[in-house]
Amino acid sequence: MPRISAAERGAAVEERAIEVPRELQREMYLKMLQIRAFEEKVAYFFSRGMVHGTTHLYMGEEATAVGAVASLGDDDFITSTHRGHGHTIAKGIELPRMMAELLGKQSGYCKGKGGSMHIADLARGNLGANGVVGGGIPIATGAGITIKLRGDDRVVACFFGDGAINEGTFHESVNLASVWKLPVIYICENNQYGMSMSVRRATNIDDLSLRAKAYGIPGTRVDGNDVLAVYRAVREARDYVRKNGPVLIVAETYRFSGHSKSDANRYRTKEEIAEWRERDPIARMRKRMLEGGSATEEELVELENGARRSIEEAVKYAEESPESSIDELETDVYAD
Amino acid sequence: MREITYAEAIREAMSEEMRRDPSVFFMGEDIGVYGGAFGVSVGMIDEFGPERVRDTPISEAAIIGAAAGAAVTGSRPIAEIQFSDFVAIGLDQLGNQAAKMRYMFGGRAQVPMVVRAPAGSGTGAAAQHSQSQEAIYCHIPGLKVVTPSTPYDAKGLLKSAIRDNNPVVFLEQKLLYRVKGPVPEEEYTVPLGRADVKRTGRDLTIVTWGRMAGMCLETAVRLAEEGIDVEVVDLRSLVPLDKETVVESVKKTGHLLIVHEAVQSAGYGGEIAALVADSEAFFYLDAPIRRVAGLDVPIPYNPTLERNAVPTPERIERAVRDLLG
Ligand SMILES: Cc1ncc(C[n+]2csc(CCOP(=O)(O)OP(=O)(O)O)c2C)c(N)n1
Ligand SMILES: [Mg+2]
Repeated sequence: MPRISAAERGAAVEERAIEVPRELQREMYLKMLQIRAFEEKVAYFFSRGMVHGTTHLYMGEEATAVGAVASLGDDDFITSTHRGHGHTIAKGIELPRMMAELLGKQSGYCKGKGGSMHIADLARGNLGANGVVGGGIPIATGAGITIKLRGDDRVVACFFGDGAINEGTFHESVNLASVWKLPVIYICENNQYGMSMSVRRATNIDDLSLRAKAYGIPGTRVDGNDVLAVYRAVREARDYVRKNGPVLIVAETYRFSGHSKSDANRYRTKEEIAEWRERDPIARMRKRMLEGGSATEEELVELENGARRSIEEAVKYAEESPESSIDELETDVYAD
Repeated sequence: MREITYAEAIREAMSEEMRRDPSVFFMGEDIGVYGGAFGVSVGMIDEFGPERVRDTPISEAAIIGAAAGAAVTGSRPIAEIQFSDFVAIGLDQLGNQAAKMRYMFGGRAQVPMVVRAPAGSGTGAAAQHSQSQEAIYCHIPGLKVVTPSTPYDAKGLLKSAIRDNNPVVFLEQKLLYRVKGPVPEEEYTVPLGRADVKRTGRDLTIVTWGRMAGMCLETAVRLAEEGIDVEVVDLRSLVPLDKETVVESVKKTGHLLIVHEAVQSAGYGGEIAALVADSEAFFYLDAPIRRVAGLDVPIPYNPTLERNAVPTPERIERAVRDLLG
């Protein structure tokens, strides 16, 4: 059963009635669609054995990455996770070169050396996905030090899971950021499971945002399937952390797919999955935009077609790109 | 030339680089007013203030990981880990994060950071505060590994390490902190990846590093009185490794003894032996390659046991005689 009631979600949204311009709403909708379409393609490639290794799909959680990143500036930093396609696309990566990376191509973002789990887009402040659960949390914290030392007004958004929140790196990093007042927004994506481990069995509290108390920082909980609610929460946090130091935001969400490429869902029920599918963040946003008059049916269909087209183009580019060059095997270990 | 201690040399290197480059900062446990567990950073906070000399909580993973995050976003952090043994707590951040970012990201990241950490036995602090674990870091592509044996090298190598665009593990020798040596007043650097022949000799090559370099030199001086002419090659940088100096020296002397404080099994000395065995120097060898290294035991507390857990001058001398025997 989802742990956050509909009433709670409603309250969270009403409380923060920051105006979200129509144009931005449409952009966010498009980004969510692109993530979904991208991953549908990735899932298909996997089933056909065209991508090797593993991949962790973000389907169902798109509102969290998109809402959070939409509230950031272009030069703000993020750190991502093993489930990083959403964050990476939200931060504006070029889809063709991202798809090329997943297919192990030379034209990929990391020349095919990183793959799904290690994709980074440093030019856009994306400091990378991470194969190690909790591994990115200290790195985000360090980016906060750079900002602080330079006196910039940038911020860092640090994404990690409900599983990662039990790693020592979470404690060490948030404590450090709290005493140094670093401009870091720690965003815990509580998709209710770390692999098969339910958050309820992994922690002794219902509300993970309570952990903020231990560091003397604000902690809030937000409906992670509501892109506008996430946007508003992170927007507020962005202003706050620049002056006051870190916050913890726990986005309550759910992953639709298995943990990684294969997963028999033995640790959760069909009913639970179905219940969360009812709250598909993309369908909800669509409905909201139509009802609120932010977009017409035609405009929405156009966005939907556009998203699919952008993925088709990405696939075409990636498929036509050459494999990673063997000459690159030993390059990039050290910088000059 | 003036003489300063190894610790002072390290402090000078950090201070000079912090004056030279505003993106350099320093963080670690008790490095501020306390001056660091070994007094290396005494007074630095007065000059640079608490923003650039940052006292951290006791959080090794966060210290090393935050250094990586600061480095990849354009800062040049120096992170001090109070004892090198505790790098283990931050080893994921060092070995899985900092070391690999550049490669994983297809060459688009740069991680200019230094992890300074005191290594070695001889202080009576026993098994968890006395190790020499350089081999662990040498086994991780993406890291550079440096360990100076003199104040001169300490200063020059640390300046190069701070300016280097890669994560550098800078292992300091606890027992050398108070040892004095000549260090010029003028600016200089010692390049990474260049060994130093601390004594030239014709009969036998000792390849060594860290605190053992001094012990080997003393042994060489003693043996010289008997007409045994030992060459002492101090690697200084383990990664990158100055293969040429090692190979050339062995070609000249025909004998190789490797001396390191770290435990022998899977130690970096094995790598040096393999390097020579793989090289043209192999054909010049007049005797097998020999190692004198730490015993395969945790460092014990009792002073006699502790002293004998790592190479002693007697063991080194015996090995030299055996090889030339
Ligand atoms: C340090 C570490 N331990 C275990 C794993 C294996 N692993 C990969 S993802 C995962 C679950 C992580 O859960 P969570 O942080 O909630 O993220 P989610 O997968 O739910 O997005 C595990 C156990 C790992 N990659 N790193
Ligand atoms: Mg999870």
